[in-house]
Amino acid sequence: MGQISLDKVTKRFGDVSVIPPLDLRIEEGEFVVFVGPSGCGKSTLLRLIAGLEDVSDGRISIDGKDATGIPPAKRGLAMVFQSYALYPHMSVRKNIAFPLRMAGLSQAEQDKKVNAAAAVLNLTNYIDRKPGQLSGGQRQRVAIGRAIVREPAAFLFDEPLSNLDAALRVNMRLEISELHKSLKTTMIYVTHDQVEAMTMADKIVVLNAGNIEQVGSPLELYKAPRNTFVAGFIGSPRMNLITGPEAAKHGATTIGIRPEHIAASPTEGMWRGTVGVSEHLGSDTFLRVSGTGLGDSLTVRADGEVNLHYGDTVYLTPALDKLHRFDQQGLRIV
Amino acid sequence: MARAVTFQRKSINTALAWAVGLVIFFPILWTILTSFKTEGDAIAYPPKFLFFDWTLENYAIVQERSDYMRYLWNSVIIAGGSTLLGVIVAVPAAWSMAFVPSARTKDILMWMLSTKMLPAVGVLYPMYLIFIKLGWLDTRTGLVVILMLINLPIIVWMLYTYFKEIPSEILEASRMDGAGLKEEILYVLTPMALPGIASTLLLNFILAWNEAFWTLNLTAANAGTLTAFIASYSSPEGLFYAKLSAASTMAIAPILIMGWFSQKQLVRGLTFGAVK
Repeated sequence: MGQISLDKVTKRFGDVSVIPPLDLRIEEGEFVVFVGPSGCGKSTLLRLIAGLEDVSDGRISIDGKDATGIPPAKRGLAMVFQSYALYPHMSVRKNIAFPLRMAGLSQAEQDKKVNAAAAVLNLTNYIDRKPGQLSGGQRQRVAIGRAIVREPAAFLFDEPLSNLDAALRVNMRLEISELHKSLKTTMIYVTHDQVEAMTMADKIVVLNAGNIEQVGSPLELYKAPRNTFVAGFIGSPRMNLITGPEAAKHGATTIGIRPEHIAASPTEGMWRGTVGVSEHLGSDTFLRVSGTGLGDSLTVRADGEVNLHYGDTVYLTPALDKLHRFDQQGLRIV
Repeated sequence: MARAVTFQRKSINTALAWAVGLVIFFPILWTILTSFKTEGDAIAYPPKFLFFDWTLENYAIVQERSDYMRYLWNSVIIAGGSTLLGVIVAVPAAWSMAFVPSARTKDILMWMLSTKMLPAVGVLYPMYLIFIKLGWLDTRTGLVVILMLINLPIIVWMLYTYFKEIPSEILEASRMDGAGLKEEILYVLTPMALPGIASTLLLNFILAWNEAFWTLNLTAANAGTLTAFIASYSSPEGLFYAKLSAASTMAIAPILIMGWFSQKQLVRGLTFGAVK
């Protein structure tokens, strides 16, 4: 259960095309992340799969069955929303039991499943509270609880962690990953945060203006981005993209080198520049180096205790075997 | 920064507010006072404000001459019935306008409201004929239906404004949870919009209670409401001011008391959505 195929799926709002014909296959049990900048159509794509939006053209099938015209209630999918979308007038127990009640389960069965889900999600102590009396993280857990009790064919997550603070976000990220490992159910997760995508996904789908730019595992995308968009989007801090004569030297229109693949030295190296503002994270230091004559300033990852300061001269050496080359269309040169 | 308000300024504002309130309330107060006067005192000049012979005889006469309870009961059934029926029709209508709007939704809403601009007397003749054909003249059923139709645009508008405030994601969540349209409206939308629905019910109950045009024209002895009861005491000749006032007081008392106790809910209902 949980194999989803999109076949030439198209979405138009009036005359505006949001999703051009798009094909995608999500395998059973996969954790797939849709990632892309705001307005790239990732949420729309998720809503098309959920059935909350109608496709303009094309076909969506779930477990081999055509689901294109089927209403969301009948698709057997569960969704977790960014705003949690809990029912404010119901207690936590009633919120989690709602899908079971809709499915016509007996009260005893409902209680059994709700209690089990509450135990897994550490909600037992809050079970009779209303959503308004819970913190953001607890609310998100209730939303997840409501999704897991119905044992869906797949889970859909629409930026579920965006409203949480940074520390909680890391925790919930791990919790969701663990949930996936234990349930082994297909999960589709939408985010604009590439760190979430890299850390959670089996497969990442990078979207830009409704188009799929690349599909692959996090490491595939990191090691071999198909074009300059993916190269710039995946990885933190982002890859340095250099155009002009330096790129031409390597037989490319654009070359890319990640901050972690440049060595910085105060004495010798390939490119000379000046240290600008640096970010000291303790474990690492991210140097912004300008005046290299390579266009915009470069970001370089150095050791946490590197002895380079604002205004110092620095010499940079890229690891040539880690250099990415792109042609005039921005596509990767193999 | 809060503005500093001097005591003097505060006193002036308070006095002004009381003065305006008194002017608005005065006709009702005068009606109530008159109902306790003798017919002679009622038309005395200069008018007597508080120092007259207080009497309850008007109430006794009114009660003796006509069956107050029957009119009251008619009012309750007709106002309550038309409001309930209106909400049952309006909830799905407002749902569709608020959550699945089409390109013409705004126009439809405006058109619905524009029917309130039509003078009621303009359709009196056709309505009267329809009522004769249906055998609805002077029946509660007929009045329930017509008052529901008259107030429907307001009910739909009010509910539409409340529903617009409910995040559509919650309704979408219920759809994902397996709720059909009926369950979505019954278990999620209605309980969430309950405060709004309550003020809509209240306001429309009051509007239907006070409705006079249709009740006067389409009823006689059987289905007459309290407005018809008051009207039966207005007479071009004779000394009837005190009795008319007593009848009026008896007619407005229930709704006045109800309004007093629910004023919070009413004010919220009327200003809801105006300020975020």
